[in-house]
Amino acid sequence: MRPLEKKVLVTFETTTSAMAFEEEAKKAGLNGRLIPVPKQITAGCGLSYCAPVREKDRTRQLAEKMIHQRIYELMI
Amino acid sequence: MIYLDSAATSYYRPKEVAQAVYDAILTMGNAGRGAHETALLSARVIYETRSLLNELFHGDGPQQTVFTSNGTEALNLAICSLTERPVRTAATAMDHNSVLRPLYQAQRRGCRLDILPADRKGNISLDALERLLKRGLDLFVCTHASNVTGNVNNIRRIGHLCRSFGTVFVLDASQTAGIFPIDMQRDEIDIVCFTGHKSLMGPQGTGGICIREGLKLSPLKTGGSGIQSFSKTHPAQMPEALEAGTLNGHGIAGLRAALLYLKEQGSDRLRKREQGLMRRFVEGVGNLPGIQIYGDFSSPERGATVALNIGAYDSAAVSDELAQCYGIQTRPGAHCAPLMHEALGTREQGAVRFSFSHFLTEEQIDSAVRALEEMTKEL
Repeated sequence: MRPLEKKVLVTFETTTSAMAFEEEAKKAGLNGRLIPVPKQITAGCGLSYCAPVREKDRTRQLAEKMIHQRIYELMI
Repeated sequence: MIYLDSAATSYYRPKEVAQAVYDAILTMGNAGRGAHETALLSARVIYETRSLLNELFHGDGPQQTVFTSNGTEALNLAICSLTERPVRTAATAMDHNSVLRPLYQAQRRGCRLDILPADRKGNISLDALERLLKRGLDLFVCTHASNVTGNVNNIRRIGHLCRSFGTVFVLDASQTAGIFPIDMQRDEIDIVCFTGHKSLMGPQGTGGICIREGLKLSPLKTGGSGIQSFSKTHPAQMPEALEAGTLNGHGIAGLRAALLYLKEQGSDRLRKREQGLMRRFVEGVGNLPGIQIYGDFSSPERGATVALNIGAYDSAAVSDELAQCYGIQTRPGAHCAPLMHEALGTREQGAVRFSFSHFLTEEQIDSAVRALEEMTKEL
């Protein structure tokens, strides 16, 4: 398995919200991607947006403008 | 072969639609089920298509666009949900059975149902609608354009009337989506139901419903949603709330290609092209002996659909002769619109419906005119 790294993670209630976020994140030049929700957190939707921790502020700013469930920082 | 039955389904489609379905079958996984690349590809295509539909209808956001398998399912979803209580409903004589039958079911459950009559030209009266609204109406469902005559309803006026009386307005856009302008905000429409395979030119098995934010519908079905797996109830979040089970991702990919084609080509231009072909046909056959054309041609804006009969001939026999002797494909009979035919006086005879695609050529229209010229010579 790959070594764990600290990441910022955005969760969503629906697949549609996750897809909307991915589209906007791409436009904003964020370097994250959609991943399956890790087992240590719970979320409505099985997709979460995972970005490098160096982009946590920009990720948070974008999430606050969009429909999302929660934002986490965790080792994954 | 000349296909003149676009009101039933598109036969002439942009080649990009078939290519998109082909590519999707080879590449797409199941949207919302997993985060691997094929699942994400499918989810992206579906989300983009929601966004395109939301833009087309000027809806309240992609999350308010729900996919169904066709227009009938969309109408059932809207009507069954909005008639769970014994409400006061109305539709029109222009409507298709996909509107009428769910409303008849609602009537059997205790809802009141009024039908706005149509005149001999196939038009409804908006004054009559206003009288119904004044009497008290919870739900009004109507078609944008008759699938028999091509007559178009003034949805802006209907929407405004309904909104001013607090009546939910459900539009059946099966004949017009993608080719006629429909703006949920400007036209004050609460719900637009559409099919993907007619004027939108997508694949069969696609359709959907755009719902005003704040209006809650109950699902027709529950089950897998890709979210909230441990909940015993189906999720309440839109659009998954109304989409149980795997979506028709391959079909939706084709619908996306059709939407992009419409956007690139311009719906207004394509509609004018269809209307021009339809009028060429009407001018060609209108004065032939024994031809009776139904519907109202006084307005420049109408669907590219013409229903006619030749003398007292059975419409089925005329349609069959057109197909067998001239290779021209039309639809005879009642077109799932019984009240429209009763209003036109064609309950027994039915009518032969010619409906036109912008892909047709003037030569093909002229061939259809010549076929009817030959057939009417016998009269």
